[in-house]
Amino acid sequence: MTPIVKPLIKTEALTKTYGSIIAVDNLDLEITEGEIFGFLGPNGAGKTTTCRILTTLTKPSSGHAFVSGFNVVEEPVKAKSGIGVVPQYLNVDGELSAYENLKLHGMLHGMEWGKMKMHIEKMLEFVQLSDRASSLVKTFSEGMKKRLMVARALLHEPKVLFLDEPTVGLDPQTRRNIWGIIRRINQERATIFLTTHYIEEAEVLCHRVGIIDYGRLIALDIPEQLLKRTGRFVVEMLDDDRSKARFFKNREDAGRFVASLDRDAIIRKSNLEDVFIKLTGRKVID
Amino acid sequence: MVGTYAIFWREMVILRRRLIRVMASYAISPLLFLIAFGWGMGRSLQVEGMDYLTFMIPGLIALSSMSQTFSIAMDINISRFYWMTFEEFQTAPISSSSIVLGEVLSGMVRGMLASFIIFILAAAFGIRLNVNWALLLSVIFNTFMFASAAVITSMIVKSHADQASFNGFFIVPMSFLCGTFFPLSRFPEWAYLIAQVFPLTHASSCIRAAALGMDIPLISFLVMIIYSILFFLGAITCVKKASL
Repeated sequence: MTPIVKPLIKTEALTKTYGSIIAVDNLDLEITEGEIFGFLGPNGAGKTTTCRILTTLTKPSSGHAFVSGFNVVEEPVKAKSGIGVVPQYLNVDGELSAYENLKLHGMLHGMEWGKMKMHIEKMLEFVQLSDRASSLVKTFSEGMKKRLMVARALLHEPKVLFLDEPTVGLDPQTRRNIWGIIRRINQERATIFLTTHYIEEAEVLCHRVGIIDYGRLIALDIPEQLLKRTGRFVVEMLDDDRSKARFFKNREDAGRFVASLDRDAIIRKSNLEDVFIKLTGRKVID
Repeated sequence: MVGTYAIFWREMVILRRRLIRVMASYAISPLLFLIAFGWGMGRSLQVEGMDYLTFMIPGLIALSSMSQTFSIAMDINISRFYWMTFEEFQTAPISSSSIVLGEVLSGMVRGMLASFIIFILAAAFGIRLNVNWALLLSVIFNTFMFASAAVITSMIVKSHADQASFNGFFIVPMSFLCGTFFPLSRFPEWAYLIAQVFPLTHASSCIRAAALGMDIPLISFLVMIIYSILFFLGAITCVKKASL
């Protein structure tokens, strides 16, 4: 008999409005233990609002959201006890050292001192900041601050880690460094809820991807299935000075189509950006 | 209460690091008041049967402890809207009341420190004040009351500019119109009645009475307790509303 896997994160008709603007529109979502779930969409699509509702920072207008089985509105303290949060902006405390930032976090989560001390050292090593443990964080680069935020979010061993645009504004090398950290965290059994508008990030990291646009979830599946549904191959061509794309199930069909054309065209593998374009008619970053 | 201790610990780490600078900044404006009103106006001026400096110093304690305590409002405001570090408290599994208590206690430490500095300055100007339980309790309630009020305003205002406006409209007028620098008996009756609404009026009359070895006015003390409870409960509600 297959064991029943309870979702760690669940939303039911979750809606958030700001006046006449619908930021999150009737969102139904279930994320199970061990997943890296990616929420992909352009800026302003509702990713961060969803993340803020799930981390108890924003109150939903209607619907329900549950984290670890606890309703985030009715039992926020319990819902928060098993989560770690890395917001998209840098919010480590510049007036404290790296060590003190982690110590404050451990104290806020009621960690026992001996365990906390051990975890702080382990996490500083994990994000390669051991040599800067006693430096004030205001002297850190953005990449270092982001790594410290990841260490802080993991210190109390949360069951769910919320990463809101974890690599936005970072250079490619630091971005890959953070991706490596995210994979390792997931391997150590943390479930990850990640929002991003970077296609590559969603493709490389996520087991399942939800595509959100204007607050609505317009697709949800494993990346492979999303690509399959759209077509694994794309033919890109110029039509009246505008780039146009056509999707094909296999390279042979795409090749036959290009051969029938009277102009230049390229064949490439499709990606999640193409899925988004096909669904919305727009690019993720417009 | 782990959250309270964590928040208080953070504030104390930062305060310890800046202690000399903070103490110097807390001393500057009271020192200027003492020079201007003490030396400038001379000790010959009599107010309510005592020299003006002796009358003014307890008022300065009330004023300085209020303003330094209330300064946490700007810090919380900046941590909410600029550094975003307040979210670290909001996403921790701690109650709103423990966040409020942590912030209030740290505000109270600032106010107590400011009061202590005035004691030293008063001694330097040759004024000896009575140190007693009534004085300590009056300063404790004054700082508790304004630290709670600071948390409320920092949760209500939406920007640093709004916070500065609030200080200009409420804190600055209170500083001068609540019996800190001159006795309220010199006010016309309507102004006297309005002054009774302000919490600092009651704090300054309790602190003055205790510091000068007189019985503290029990009604004023009771008013401070009532304001303390109301502001603290208001602060918890506001922090709850600011998150979930």
